[in-house]
Amino acid sequence: MSDIHPLAILIAACARGISGVQVTWVGCRPEEQQRIYFANHTSHLDFVVLWSALPPGVRSRTHPVAARDYWQGGVRAYLAKAVFRAVFVDRAAHSEQTGKESSFAAAHKVIDDLSAALGESDSLIIFPEGTRGSGEGVGPFRSGIYHLARKHPEVDLVPAYLENLSRILPKGELLPVPLLSRLTFGEPMRIHPAEAKEDFLARARTALESLRRKGQ
Amino acid sequence: MLSPNLIVRLRNPQLLWLFGGILGLLVIASVTGALLGRILRGDAARATIDNLNSRIRAWWIMSAIFALTMVVGQVGSLFLFALMSLLALREYITLTPTHRADHRTLLWTFFVVTPVQYYLIGIGWYGLFAILIPVAVFVLIPTHIALRGDTEHFLERAAEIQFGIMICVYCLSYAPALLMLKIPGFEGKSPQLLLFVVLIAQMSDVLKYTWGKLIGRHKIVPGVSPNKTWEGFVGGVLSATAIGAALWRFTPFGPWPAAGLSLVIALLGAAGGLVMSAIKRDAHVKDFGSLIEGHGGMLDRIDSICFAAPVFFHIVRYYYVP
Repeated sequence: MSDIHPLAILIAACARGISGVQVTWVGCRPEEQQRIYFANHTSHLDFVVLWSALPPGVRSRTHPVAARDYWQGGVRAYLAKAVFRAVFVDRAAHSEQTGKESSFAAAHKVIDDLSAALGESDSLIIFPEGTRGSGEGVGPFRSGIYHLARKHPEVDLVPAYLENLSRILPKGELLPVPLLSRLTFGEPMRIHPAEAKEDFLARARTALESLRRKGQ
Repeated sequence: MLSPNLIVRLRNPQLLWLFGGILGLLVIASVTGALLGRILRGDAARATIDNLNSRIRAWWIMSAIFALTMVVGQVGSLFLFALMSLLALREYITLTPTHRADHRTLLWTFFVVTPVQYYLIGIGWYGLFAILIPVAVFVLIPTHIALRGDTEHFLERAAEIQFGIMICVYCLSYAPALLMLKIPGFEGKSPQLLLFVVLIAQMSDVLKYTWGKLIGRHKIVPGVSPNKTWEGFVGGVLSATAIGAALWRFTPFGPWPAAGLSLVIALLGAAGGLVMSAIKRDAHVKDFGSLIEGHGGMLDRIDSICFAAPVFFHIVRYYYVP
């Protein structure tokens, strides 16, 4: 059981304060269990707010999945790697456009890296959209989460919906406006044996979208 | 300009009596509420008692904070109210549909306009603090938004942000601004004025609620707020006026002016509550945020003060400050 970096605790406390986040566990309880949390992505605050809502025992063993091309160099790399213990993935490797051998190998490597990070008892936080969206609804899911679920069918996949964080710290802005936000954890799901990729991704996406509060 | 020293403040017998009286009432209320909470059965009665008990809890917190500001003086009060403004603004802006393009404007609102407004009160610059937001900020906000280029719902966004700053910052700031009024014969006692306004506003709130529960029958605006009744309104306003009149010795006014000002506070408090209810209804929310336990949010607690404080300030300043 590894210790949490003190900067992580500070950043998490600040993020909680700025975002005034109201956390609701609808479909499950905050247990110290190995899980893959998947969430919608609209702001840099997403990971920190989600991470800070997890029980303390889980936090030290929960890794964000970060895009290597963005989180490299100097402060960013330090924050991602040393402070929050991210697992890096190559975003381009996931691409379905290229059908070359090298791209398949790279995609396999991504899944292997994620698997290794999961290990026996660690958890992951994934943003299946692959990039920050505008905040209106959930974008299409990349296939990484499907391959990961296929490899680890016994691990619970917990949807987590984040609301309003894109208004607090939008893409491209440096300073946050302190508004109120919401985080809702839903029912855990698992991949069905021999479930097709498109079906699974659609099911996961629906599970996430259904957590959005009605009328807001 | 700045507050008198601590010893003088704490030796002020009137303030201690008033505050002591309030604490005594709170103790009685808490005990009564706790007892009734155990005895009463039935959903309606339980709901009423729960509401009253959560109000009492919030009043204990407010009293503790007020006592703290008595110790730290005017500067402390300004910090406290500035914080309340920011929390209220946070709830308000969360509800209003602002665009990505309004982000920088909102940053200015939270981190520049609010501290500057309270700073101006602190240094006693009445001329600027009274016009900064309604004049300068009023023209600058739409200009800043227009410069960002997003004109979709332009007028709504500009108007909503300005309205929010007016209610959450400008109007609320008039409460600690009472501490800067120099009333002859009342030197060093201005905390009592602030306590008077907050007390009468809160009392008229809870008395309207109580009278409404006891004898309320005819709803005022069922579409906006189903709990407001004419009987509750009249009962609450009249009893709050009576209480304010009875407390005239703690104010620089005679009994009749004290009654008149209490009436103004109670009426405006009702107006503030009504307007915030209408805003909430429009946004399909029951309560703003969840900041003060059991109560709804900061805006729910200060809506009556926001409307009452500015008018009270100006009336007192016009008649009692030479």
